[in-house]
Amino acid sequence: MAVPVAEATDGSFAVMARLPKLPLPGTRRKPEWPPNGDNGAGDGKGNGQVSLKDQAMEAQAGIVGWVDERTGASGFLRGFLYRKVPKGTNWFYTLGSATMFAFLSQAITGVFLAMYYEPSASGAYDSVQHITNDVFLGNLVRGMHRWGATVMVVLVFLHMGRTFFFGAYKYPRELNWVIGVVLLVLTMLMAFSGYLLPFDQRSFWATVVGVNLNSTGPLVGPYLADFLRAGPEFGATTLSRFYAIHMLLVPGLIAAMIGAHIYLVTKLGTTAPPWLKAQLKEPTEKERV
Amino acid sequence: MADQANETPGRAPLAADGNGGVAAAAAREMKPPGYFEGESMTRRHLFGGGVLALGGVATAAAALPAIGFALGPLFEEEAQAWQDVGPPSEFSQDNYIPRTVTLSSNVGDAGKSTIYVREGNPIFKGERGGEYVAVSTRCAHLGCPVRWIEASERFVCPCHGGVYDFQGLVVYGPPVRPLDRFNTRVQGGQVQIGSRYSVNSKLKAFSTRDPGEKLDGLWQYLWPKRPTVPSP
Repeated sequence: MAVPVAEATDGSFAVMARLPKLPLPGTRRKPEWPPNGDNGAGDGKGNGQVSLKDQAMEAQAGIVGWVDERTGASGFLRGFLYRKVPKGTNWFYTLGSATMFAFLSQAITGVFLAMYYEPSASGAYDSVQHITNDVFLGNLVRGMHRWGATVMVVLVFLHMGRTFFFGAYKYPRELNWVIGVVLLVLTMLMAFSGYLLPFDQRSFWATVVGVNLNSTGPLVGPYLADFLRAGPEFGATTLSRFYAIHMLLVPGLIAAMIGAHIYLVTKLGTTAPPWLKAQLKEPTEKERV
Repeated sequence: MADQANETPGRAPLAADGNGGVAAAAAREMKPPGYFEGESMTRRHLFGGGVLALGGVATAAAALPAIGFALGPLFEEEAQAWQDVGPPSEFSQDNYIPRTVTLSSNVGDAGKSTIYVREGNPIFKGERGGEYVAVSTRCAHLGCPVRWIEASERFVCPCHGGVYDFQGLVVYGPPVRPLDRFNTRVQGGQVQIGSRYSVNSKLKAFSTRDPGEKLDGLWQYLWPKRPTVPSP
């Protein structure tokens, strides 16, 4: 009962058994009921009362154990959070996580901005002014979303540069590089579609130019531009189309792609920095003589 | 045979033990889990394929309408109504008069655009007095709004420095073709503006192209006509 599910299998998790336990209370023995006098706190009182703190700890452990018994999550989490990283791992390796947290910050602030934003040509500008000037902390949340967008784009490129210069795109991680490129494109699409939403002169004309840039692609370009505008001219549904792309379509794709990206990172492990030489094995007795 | 299959359901041994041929042959004879005597593999394949096909139908039933919904506007031609811009007496042959027209409705000022109108000037080939020329302000580079500078008789784009002459032909800068034009007519004592069309450097009319798309020589085939715009 107390044995985690992952360790109960055929021994292929021998490596996992040597990994540290999660910093969570594990499954614990059910307390005897009625209590037999030992409250487990070692205070020697033996008055038949379980202290409130112990009861709380017990309940916590009980909940975690209940979930773990039914999901086997602890084995997964231990492998995911306590995976081995190569010698020389440094702060540059945090850029990917930083990018993901930038995305999460965008997702959270974006959801709450959507509560006040009105995606119509007549109401968009006024609703953004309302958010900025009237809503409590509106300026802060909009500012976080607006600057966070820039931060995310910068972090994506820094992360990409780290991967490139450390040679971390090489076999067997090519597919993760490809997924990363898809994420780069999706991030740029987020930046492009979000730029229109304040609907002031700058964002309107920047988007007009951006859509026209898309239209210059040979053969498919004109149709792509028509798709983005929902017609040959910037029309009544263009803004809502951009809004749907910005807050539903692309974020969903990004979340799915981040999942695949992190799965592969966990599966394949990270690379050592290129300045570290591969360590040779100790010569065997036979080689020594 | 069936008993043997039931003992190791679904596990094909790896053929990496040196006599791979034997192991592979054994793997071929291995029956899938749930196999029962007398079952034909054709039947299993039929059901497997049937489940896949049903899943495909269900996916298509949800996805195809959604995709069609999103792509529908690509195939609808937007008709442009004729709009009055003033009586013929307001326009001259040697200068442009700015007028505002509505290019898409229900978007407020975002759907309006300035155009420049003049009477046809016989000194240019193909133009006659009594006909009217309406030039779009959408720069043929990337779509910024150009402005008519009367003193230099040039259209100038503020974004990337495109310059056009009196007829809208490119004089300088990145634009790839002359400024677009609008169909015009005179009706009921009013000059009227119709739908937009694009021109190449010979002022030959094409259905509207987006900015940045060349229309000279073979280039015209690289950016084909779209179903959303009327023929010129």
